[in-house]
Amino acid sequence: MTGAAVEIRGLCFAYPDGRPALQAVDLDVGAGERVAVLGPNGAGKTTLVLHLNGILSPQAGSVRVGGLVVAPATQAEVRRRVGIVFQDPDDQLFMPTVADDVAFGPANLGVEGEALDQRVVAALDVVGMAGHQARAPHHLSFGQRRRVAVATVLSMEPDVLVLDEPTSNLDPAARRELADVLATLSLTTLVVTHDLPYALELCPRSVILDDGRIVADGPTADLLADRDLLAQHRLELPRGFHPSWR
Amino acid sequence: MGAGHGRTDGLYVAGDGRLHRLPAEAKIVATVGYVVAVVATPRDAFWAFAAHGALLLALARAASLPVGALVRRLRIEVPFLAFAVFLPLVGTGPRIDVVGLPLSRAGLWGAWTILAKGTLGVGASILLAATTPVAGILGGLDRLRLPRAFTAIAGSMVRYLDVIVGEAERMHVARQSRGYDPRWLGQARGAAASAGTLFVRSYERGERVHLAMLARGYTGSLPRLCAVPATAGDWATAALLPVAAALVTLTANLR
Repeated sequence: MTGAAVEIRGLCFAYPDGRPALQAVDLDVGAGERVAVLGPNGAGKTTLVLHLNGILSPQAGSVRVGGLVVAPATQAEVRRRVGIVFQDPDDQLFMPTVADDVAFGPANLGVEGEALDQRVVAALDVVGMAGHQARAPHHLSFGQRRRVAVATVLSMEPDVLVLDEPTSNLDPAARRELADVLATLSLTTLVVTHDLPYALELCPRSVILDDGRIVADGPTADLLADRDLLAQHRLELPRGFHPSWR
Repeated sequence: MGAGHGRTDGLYVAGDGRLHRLPAEAKIVATVGYVVAVVATPRDAFWAFAAHGALLLALARAASLPVGALVRRLRIEVPFLAFAVFLPLVGTGPRIDVVGLPLSRAGLWGAWTILAKGTLGVGASILLAATTPVAGILGGLDRLRLPRAFTAIAGSMVRYLDVIVGEAERMHVARQSRGYDPRWLGQARGAAASAGTLFVRSYERGERVHLAMLARGYTGSLPRLCAVPATAGDWATAALLPVAAALVTLTANLR
């Protein structure tokens, strides 16, 4: 670790009906670290993600990204630093062409002209989608859309990449292709998932979030080897899978 | 979820000719110019309408487009022509007998004008749609400085039409799979409930899309992204159609 890229201290958030979503969450993620955030449905994972770039504001506690406090005044810079890839690429890709969508983020940051084109080409190249600039997102396969969704945030040159359920609805080949892309990135990465083998493959460290609290934090292989811990928090490895296989 | 070609680009016919490669904004302006020339054509200059049609035909041939398929697309104007059919019957003024039916002279001219000018206008639009992908047309409108709210809404519609229709189709299959086969109006409750659900889901999707936009720095105004403008050569090429049509109209008006 070369210093904390993300520091979360005492983060609390409750839904409008008063139900707590996050309860005093503390989490440090080091620069360049890849961390999986594991947890069952409704654990508060997506709520946590939405705090990382200021879409949701903490009701108590704080979130810092690269030392910068996430607050309305720092919103633009924080959103540059933290790129979130949402679960459904159809929510993320809304422009008529792939190139326009990948350009959307950096254009919001004021990048234009040749520099903008270069960012688009570079980001698509990283995810293996070079040459698809003119295609409409709805003409791509689901796996391709997921990779383009990753490119739409890579083009903003973020410091922290957050992926919300990156493997949902992907077939095994698309899952593999995405893993190959993510493994090449040297960014600080948070992978929010309940796909435990994927977490094991990509992230040396994991935290388990349940009922709005971080209940475990450690090497992914160790957490996944603790069957009781997993069962307690409604997490399960696929039948026959053993965490010592990698 | 597959990678099929969607409903929104169904009118585009792939090609690599000069007409296909022309920037969309030049083609849009040329189409509008052509339509204006057609509209200004005197209604009794039959030869001029034939000449306007020949211009479209020549362009379609030059772009290697399947003319028969394009002509079949003209069916889109049938509902409008149905209105024109009534004009000679309900029109006022002097009447003439056509196969024993007294028809209004003014109504006949009105019907002819709608038929000729409407068909040529629709034909020009079909030609534009066949040589320009929808995304290109939106980009062209954007470069023509149309208000961004307009292009953004049209872009969202194009982008999500397939998603929403796909969702509606899946719901339809799921209803059928559970034995739903409405035959009476009273049994339409299932379909109506699905329509309501689809609306709610689309609304929720809209909220998620907005969230994803905010996450990428959206602050309320969409940036203009397409920066490659049409060259003078492109504009000159595109101008050939409206200029030729204008010459036809001018000649027809002078005669």
